[in-house]
Amino acid sequence: MVPLHYYLLLSAILFACGITGFLIKRNIITIFMSIELMLNAVNLSFVAFAAHWHVLSGQVFVFFVMVVAAAETAVGLAIIIAVYRTRETLNVDQVNLLKL
Amino acid sequence: MLHLILFSVFAVIAVAGALNLLIQRHPISSALSLIVVMGSLAVEYLLLGAEFVAAIQIIIYAGAIMVLFVFVIMLLNAGAEERTNGSKVALILGFPAMLAGGLLVAWVLLRAPNMGSVNIGAMYGPPKAIGWLLFHDFLLPFEVTSVLVLIAIIGAVVLASPVRSRFSRPQPEEGHQALQAAAAAEPAPHQETVTARRSN
Repeated sequence: MVPLHYYLLLSAILFACGITGFLIKRNIITIFMSIELMLNAVNLSFVAFAAHWHVLSGQVFVFFVMVVAAAETAVGLAIIIAVYRTRETLNVDQVNLLKL
Repeated sequence: MLHLILFSVFAVIAVAGALNLLIQRHPISSALSLIVVMGSLAVEYLLLGAEFVAAIQIIIYAGAIMVLFVFVIMLLNAGAEERTNGSKVALILGFPAMLAGGLLVAWVLLRAPNMGSVNIGAMYGPPKAIGWLLFHDFLLPFEVTSVLVLIAIIGAVVLASPVRSRFSRPQPEEGHQALQAAAAAEPAPHQETVTARRSN
């Protein structure tokens, strides 16, 4: 018997780690991995709530989140490759054409 | 008690992996620690009785997505992240704000009035029930998801394909050299130099 809020706490910690990585990292691939970490944290709370309320819909939503994450990863990594091909850097500080 | 011990051990492993993702400067180290996080989260799903989710966590996330990440890191030969002088505001305000937010979330969660407890093994997520739900109640979102994946495949191929003219900037040196070479070969009329520039 593990209380539900332990799972929610673990999920919140992982989500905070993802946000921190998104903010402090400068490598575009690592920033992308931080997004994946946030998605994983949300999945954990989905499954914990599904187990808590005895409905399987939460696990189906986790499935959808995973599929969307897979699609997002494929397109995002293709964009990263295109960015690297044109600007030859992975540092997001040097991809600043939109900056005034 | 055993469940609590297993939960704690794998929660500590997951948090350590997430912190290692933040600390490491090389992208491949971050990717490997993210795989550790995903594996321990799969164990947490198993402890919650969600065996289907645990299986697809391993297969899709650790198997497919992270392989894609590692492959791109190798393809782009991504080196260690260079240190930049990040803004002082982020350091001075960001970390205390994150600590305060985390403490607030922990306080709210821990003093919540009797949220009950997850009875491990009580709920059972067999693939049969999830498949029935997926192809019966969630049939339309499932089909929309398949269209989304198809669009993602096409988009990834289009974005990553080496079409030079659409995504790369024109190289001024090459065009200039070709122009000079064309001019040096013979005093060509204007139309010909334009075609030479276009072919480059």
